[in-house]
Amino acid sequence: MSGTVEISLTVNGEAVSEAVEPRMTLADFLRETLGLTGTHLGCEHGVCGTCTVRLDGEIVRGCLTLAVQCGGKRVDTIEGVSDTGEFADLQEAFRARNALQCGYCTPGMLLAAQELLVRGGVPSREEIRVHLSGNYCRCTGYHAIVDAVEATAQARAGGGK
Amino acid sequence: MKPAAFAYAKARSVDHAIELLGTPESKLLAGGQSLIATLNMRLANPALLIDINDVAGLNKIELKHGRVEIGAMVRHAQAERSEVIAKHVPLIALAMPHIAHAAIRNRGTIGGSLAYADPAAELPACMVALDAEFEIAGPNGRRSVKAEEFFKGMFETALGPQDMLISIKIPEATAQTRIGFEELTRRHGDYAIVGLAAAAQMNGAKLKDVRLVYFSIGDAPVRVRKAEAALLDGDIDGAVAALSSDLSPHADLEASSEVKLHLSGVLLRRVAGQLQEARP
Repeated sequence: MSGTVEISLTVNGEAVSEAVEPRMTLADFLRETLGLTGTHLGCEHGVCGTCTVRLDGEIVRGCLTLAVQCGGKRVDTIEGVSDTGEFADLQEAFRARNALQCGYCTPGMLLAAQELLVRGGVPSREEIRVHLSGNYCRCTGYHAIVDAVEATAQARAGGGK
Repeated sequence: MKPAAFAYAKARSVDHAIELLGTPESKLLAGGQSLIATLNMRLANPALLIDINDVAGLNKIELKHGRVEIGAMVRHAQAERSEVIAKHVPLIALAMPHIAHAAIRNRGTIGGSLAYADPAAELPACMVALDAEFEIAGPNGRRSVKAEEFFKGMFETALGPQDMLISIKIPEATAQTRIGFEELTRRHGDYAIVGLAAAAQMNGAKLKDVRLVYFSIGDAPVRVRKAEAALLDGDIDGAVAALSSDLSPHADLEASSEVKLHLSGVLLRRVAGQLQEARP
């Protein structure tokens, strides 16, 4: 009946093979099995966005994806994306503008914001808010986060402030 | 907030999925954006999940013989980016950004949303407004069901226990087609307090074939036929007044029945305006 299923996938560029229970979510797999605790869990039903990770390059909810579905896929977490330096400028903008206090939402917030930023151009503040609408922050009131994302977009577009 | 144990199988084809659905207490897993949440909350407790993500041929969007055919496993984000949808079913393109959030649209599927039939969801109402037809595969072959007959009630559809939604066929928009879409939410992407999807055809200077379909206000998408009739005569005030007999909103955590009825009228005035406008 239940039992475990073998999965092989790439996590942050490294090949990983593990036996997982079908009921294990991707977020729990990353945290519990691989020890990648940068992916946080908040609501565990898709509302808060703090478990955001990339699956084959697109952001998804780690709590609404099963680990068993990720065989053969590429998963990138905050640890991996942070290490590559891909959005070091965005992280610096978050730091500079106090776009976090407790930091719990930050990994998800960064990954969600980056998906908008890589489309290029400078999104309006409204577009930034809409794109980040699936990520809760209970500390900042969002203004500083929108500031950081907007500043990063402007800097990348060459009009840096 | 962790699912109870279940078995897991990957379906290789539509026929294989239907065969697996013969297992008691089995459920199809499409995008999982509602299902996995209900598993986490233990509101659902299936014995077997049948993953249909690897079934080939279910993720196409094609214009065929005057109808746009959307495969059941087309992701929301794919539909949002689709030029075929933007051009030939603009109502779906208009509604798409309102559906949940970017990360959920990357994963959630059109077919999954329709088969789940959440009364607060946007797509079921859009499909009724567009007079879409749903192709269903089951143990006795395939059949088609009109959107209006597909949605039976809260989370209840014309799908039998061993049926699977395969694709959705929508008549393509013409130069005469007019559409409207509005919803009210507390946070962008949340389920609407109330929402309205609408389609009509221009007939000279007047509208015909007006279809006004509310969501998040009843057990299923709700067509408001008296309001539609008033709008055919260009009587917007009359259409808004007719809502009190067309609708009997359920109060929920968001709003009382009276507030929902009032907001329905607000949306109708906005959408009536949109229906007058030609789209580029």
